[in-house]
Amino acid sequence: MQGIGDALGGALRLIASGDPVLGGIVLLSLAVSLSAVVLATLLGLPLGAALAVGRFPGRHAVIVLLNALMGLPPVVVGLFVYLLLSRAGPLGELGLLFTPPAMVIAQTILILPIIAALCRQAVEDAWAEYEEQLRSLGASGFNAALTLVWDIRFSLLTAVLAGLGRASAEVGAVMIVGGNIDGVTRVMTTTIALETSKGDLPLALSLGIVLILLVIAINATAAVIQDAAQRRYG
Amino acid sequence: MILPVELKELTFVAGGRVILDRVSAQIGAGPSTVILGANGAGKSVLMRLMHGLLAPANGQVRWASANTERKQAMVFQRPVLLRRSALANVTYALKLARVPRAERERVALEALDSVGLAPFASRPARVLSGGEQQRLALARAWALHPEVLFLDEPTASLDPTATREIERVIQAFDAAGTKIIMATHNLGQARRLGDEVLFLHQGRLVEHAGVEQFFSKPASPEASAFIKGELPWV
Repeated sequence: MQGIGDALGGALRLIASGDPVLGGIVLLSLAVSLSAVVLATLLGLPLGAALAVGRFPGRHAVIVLLNALMGLPPVVVGLFVYLLLSRAGPLGELGLLFTPPAMVIAQTILILPIIAALCRQAVEDAWAEYEEQLRSLGASGFNAALTLVWDIRFSLLTAVLAGLGRASAEVGAVMIVGGNIDGVTRVMTTTIALETSKGDLPLALSLGIVLILLVIAINATAAVIQDAAQRRYG
Repeated sequence: MILPVELKELTFVAGGRVILDRVSAQIGAGPSTVILGANGAGKSVLMRLMHGLLAPANGQVRWASANTERKQAMVFQRPVLLRRSALANVTYALKLARVPRAERERVALEALDSVGLAPFASRPARVLSGGEQQRLALARAWALHPEVLFLDEPTASLDPTATREIERVIQAFDAAGTKIIMATHNLGQARRLGDEVLFLHQGRLVEHAGVEQFFSKPASPEASAFIKGELPWV
């Protein structure tokens, strides 16, 4: 059993050496999670906004369901997508199982409810403030929802970040639909799980450090943008 | 012409409480109308019913012409401005009013100029001062060239200097032929800006008279109590 000091030393050496295997894993992780975030944002923001402004029977139940889906277990999503994409499944002919696109699909499904639900809440709060003014000006329905989303775009960054955090941290979904194939579908979280069980602690730990640093860097950038926007636009 | 507007037995109920109780009146073009009354008398609700933001429980608002869309605008006590430039706030309203794209900027700049905000056209709206924000809200309403302009306590949260600016703008709009219908609890403002008074007391229309007559010879005990009770300098 290696000591934590040895593991840490090995990890730092690996990061400093710019190990190509490590780099490839980090890049794939970013590509998968960022693609999922882009897709989930494109789908989730309009969905959340429509739900915030629209009035239809069963709306309340849909909101409760959406909020509940924020806690979807990644392994269950993975299993669901696995069944869809497996050779006998309805989308089996696409041959996507154990490829990065499959991982993007799984993560998109996983974080779509998070982004949509947080957006719904934010837009609904804004709607309470803007409704009379927008109706007075003649904006209604979808038009009003778009205006709101654009006007609170910097607060919605928080919803997108929550989705990104979830996507980059989860291991269950990408493990099942990606298969953790070396050089093809191996991402940071799945590698950490695998290498830890194999005993290669320096690689696991170095990926853990990179993962945390990346998440901090992304969130810090977002905070700077939000701050600047607050000063600029009020 | 959408004026005169006829209010017939207008009643509004919220949460089991009667906010407006069978208000009937005719408001014609020309003289500016001040809706006067204490807080909670139903002034705001009456304006919102006329503007179409609320639906009455009973009774009706009947405009001379059925198509009132884009012919009336409203400025609220607290203006809701979008997180974009002052100019863009006005062009947004023009776009909703289906003003051709090529004309929007010119019309918007004229409106900003009429309230003295032309130099601030490119400033973000939300970082303007309270008085400037309210003038921007006036410009946004004015740009639509409404036949009727509703003003709901437009100076209630402003200091005396800003209040004077706003009143000057309102007088200019009045002089330009726009029908002003304004709610206020401020007697001085009612005298300065109003030609006729609708006096509401606990949801009922108690008096409808010319300004001079209302202040010198109030016909009802409620109105004389209100005139005596209000501090003359506020």
